[in-house]
Amino acid sequence: MLELRSITAGYARNAPVVRDVSLTVASGESVGLLGPSGCGKSTLARVAALLHRPDSGTLLLDGEPVRRWRHRAPREKRTAFGVVFQQARLSADPRLALTDLIAEPLRATGRGAEVPGRIAELAPTVGLTPDLLTRRPHEVSDGQLQRACLARALALRPRLLVCDEMTAMLDASTAAALVAAVEDYRAATGAALLAVGHDRALLGRWCDRTVQWDSLA
Amino acid sequence: MDSMPPVLSVRGLSVRFLMPGGRRVAAVTDARFDVAPGECLALIGESGCGKSVLASALLGLLPGNAQTAGSALLGDLDLLTAGERTLARTVRGRLIGLVPQSPAAHLTPVRTVRSQLEETVATLTTTRGRAALRAAAEAAAERAAFPADHLDRHPHQLSGGLAQRAATALALVGDAPLLLADEPTTGLDRDLVDRTADELRRHVDDPGEGGRGRALLMITHDLAAAERIADRVAVMYAGRIVELADAAAFFGSPGPRHPYSRGLLQALPDRAFTPIPGMPPELGDLPAGCAFAARCDRATDTCATEPPPGTVACHHPHVPEDVRA
Repeated sequence: MLELRSITAGYARNAPVVRDVSLTVASGESVGLLGPSGCGKSTLARVAALLHRPDSGTLLLDGEPVRRWRHRAPREKRTAFGVVFQQARLSADPRLALTDLIAEPLRATGRGAEVPGRIAELAPTVGLTPDLLTRRPHEVSDGQLQRACLARALALRPRLLVCDEMTAMLDASTAAALVAAVEDYRAATGAALLAVGHDRALLGRWCDRTVQWDSLA
Repeated sequence: MDSMPPVLSVRGLSVRFLMPGGRRVAAVTDARFDVAPGECLALIGESGCGKSVLASALLGLLPGNAQTAGSALLGDLDLLTAGERTLARTVRGRLIGLVPQSPAAHLTPVRTVRSQLEETVATLTTTRGRAALRAAAEAAAERAAFPADHLDRHPHQLSGGLAQRAATALALVGDAPLLLADEPTTGLDRDLVDRTADELRRHVDDPGEGGRGRALLMITHDLAAAERIADRVAVMYAGRIVELADAAAFFGSPGPRHPYSRGLLQALPDRAFTPIPGMPPELGDLPAGCAFAARCDRATDTCATEPPPGTVACHHPHVPEDVRA
């Protein structure tokens, strides 16, 4: 469903961090992308989730080339993706209670009416208890906040989930719980997964197949 | 190792935070452990279980609303009752070297590694004179395997691994008998975790000037790093040390005895990869008796009472026989 062809991307002209990389994620497939820190795998994940415009190369979503990125991307393309980042603290608005954090994508797409029902569905699937939902990020642990960030990523029922080092900051038990929540969601909806990380044991156990960063270019 | 007196001896250490409205948060309760010279004790547990509060208590860095009880003897000095003046002048850097959680935030961003090392050498040792400081700083960098040609770089020009070594070099300058590493491997990739852990281990084994080796207290949630270098493991849950065990027995056979420790190990992707059900309790609202009972498959009515003291704080610990079965 997602095809990256010869992607070159970076943050400064003449200094790409991703060079000529190709990667395909089939519908319903889970792919683990393994690479050391600083190799550019997070940048590629951002390109894949339409969050970063590549300098060159093509991204095909369901066979159709993507031409616009970030907020300019058409809504049905943008909302096909759910993204979970490594640093829950940096990807959560500190002013929002966890309920509002999870509800943000629904409100942003004009589906605010669905919020109560969807929250009631999502919270148990990621293991959040009602007393946590009214708290703001500084009142919960990293693991609890990452659970909320996963719920936020699932709010619009994405067809592809991008998890960029989702569990790198978490302890073993929370990591296993979040992976189980992702897999439950995928089993129920048939969504595809691109999991980016450096932990071979984790990605090997989690994904249908893993690819080495070095083999992509 | 048994004959030598411990470097750090913690007895009955408790930390309470007084919150507005009279609420009390029990961050650490009745912690008890020793760390001997040449030994690495890994303190492991889920995030938010009180590990870092314990480290802050040892360094006298707790916020104003904290109350401590018990004792933490470093030699003859009780760290919990020592004044700020003593802590600042004789403890931090000199008796306890801190390897911080995120080196990038620990280093001064506007100065080079060399300048920070020279300042630390000048402050903590009797070395004086520009040439002597320069030589001492280079020697300190070498001890932590920090490459000499990177000394004139600023922290933002270093990779995560090199920043970690720079921070370790700073921690080693004072030749402190106790190294305290607070989540030294968070966010690093596996190769770097292994390298950082091995380097810490090397500093523990290095006999140094006293000839006894350093003691290392490593606080971590990274079980792989703990397995790699620890001699003993202390497992913390909801502010209590629930199990204190020999690392080889804990990670290998017969395995951990406390149900929580077993659950933690079984959550690893190279083991069962199954999470412990539920979440840790709030430290401000702990249940009576065993705090783990609500998540434990061995729990019975007895678990509503305080678990027995000893190396495994559990009413129904796994015994070696049913581990083999």
